[in-house]
Amino acid sequence: MKVKIHTEYCVGSGACVLECPEVFAYDDDGMVTLLDPSPPAELLVKVRRAASVCPTTVIELVEDADTGAATQS
Amino acid sequence: MSKRTVIVGASAAGVSTAEALQRLEPSREIILVGDESTLAHDRPPLSKQVLEGTWTPDQAQLLPPARREALRAELLLGKRAAGVDIRARRLSIDDGTQLSYDDLVIATGVRPRELHAPRPNGVHVLRTISECQALRAHLTEAKGGPLVIVGGGFIGLEVAATARKLGIAVTLVEPAPQALGRRIGAQAASRLMERHREQEVQFRLGTGVSGFAADSHGKVTAVLLADGSALEARVVLVAIGCVPNVEWLAGSGLDISDGVVCDEYCRAAPGVWAAGDVARWRHLASDRHMRIEHRLNATEQGSAVAANIIGPLQPYLPTPFFWTDQYAVKLQLAGTVSPDAEETVEHQGGDSYLHTYRADGRLVAVLGWNAARAMMPLRKELGIAARAVQPPAPVAA
Repeated sequence: MKVKIHTEYCVGSGACVLECPEVFAYDDDGMVTLLDPSPPAELLVKVRRAASVCPTTVIELVEDADTGAATQS
Repeated sequence: MSKRTVIVGASAAGVSTAEALQRLEPSREIILVGDESTLAHDRPPLSKQVLEGTWTPDQAQLLPPARREALRAELLLGKRAAGVDIRARRLSIDDGTQLSYDDLVIATGVRPRELHAPRPNGVHVLRTISECQALRAHLTEAKGGPLVIVGGGFIGLEVAATARKLGIAVTLVEPAPQALGRRIGAQAASRLMERHREQEVQFRLGTGVSGFAADSHGKVTAVLLADGSALEARVVLVAIGCVPNVEWLAGSGLDISDGVVCDEYCRAAPGVWAAGDVARWRHLASDRHMRIEHRLNATEQGSAVAANIIGPLQPYLPTPFFWTDQYAVKLQLAGTVSPDAEETVEHQGGDSYLHTYRADGRLVAVLGWNAARAMMPLRKELGIAARAVQPPAPVAA
């Protein structure tokens, strides 16, 4: 899984940081920064949740074709 | 056969519900009904970047293209829900279509409140992309203004800041003695007003608006104040709050007093749910009904409703959160500033302040003034407190 962030749209809601602090953090200006652009597969559910709660759809998730289907709940 | 969920309202809460449902149960049939001709635009940029002209309307789309393509909901756009039969589980659309459903999600949002005075040309409200474009066109045409903003809430203040960036003279009228005072605490509110004054925004506080004066072409020329005075105006924005879009539910048997009244699971009746600005649900921890008109709540409540449709039922216990950007100030508030809360300010250096609000010694809200990161530990504390459900009070017989 690869994570991309479009920081120009970030409003610093922190929703992603609360959902998945392993991957998302605040930078010095209170905007999102990526701690891990290729997080391990076991974080997929949390990263998906983080992407979905972002009010400005900053987070883009590119799931690996093989793991994506396997982890659908 | 797969179950069908019909969502009325194709803005933030409706789309969030659809995305979450699809994620939780990919086989579910989802129909999204919206009265605008496209999925709504995201609204926060409409008083800021899009109004200023630094973003195109496209940049304020609710979903980026990849997520839009991934959304497998059937879209019925440009259609207005006309009524619902909650016993038969059937929604009527204004074109005569009847849609049966297993679950109905009401996410019809709110619309700007109007003054009790006719609106001449040049008097705007701001909620949709077309209203944003109309206001922007008029501000551009009127060059230096003056712009009169009626209402000192978030939209009024954000538009004031945007208009000043565009070089337009601004006067803001607010009946209360201070803009935003009750919402963000007195000290934060007065520092914010100070910033506006530094940018030459004029305030007329403690007086309401009685009406408008217009020229022979029906164009506004002045805003008439309740104290008998008049303010010259070429453009006017009325931003005095919103009312929930619930009229279409009259006679349905649902309780629609100031929103769609729901239980703690955001459920208004069997198979009927509500999310976003329109939903007045029972907040279990405080044991009162709440309706939150903030962008993040639309996303969170939509997700919560989707999860409750699939089950198991979980009470919705968010920590209210909003942000506003004005000039170089990014202000964020988590929690609710209660009238009795005591405000404490901690200067973080530079133009950064952390405000905390405590009632009975308990943390009820935290406000970051260019201090998003410093807020984080306190937001976590608030989140834990918000989920701590108080044991129900004994019920009198």
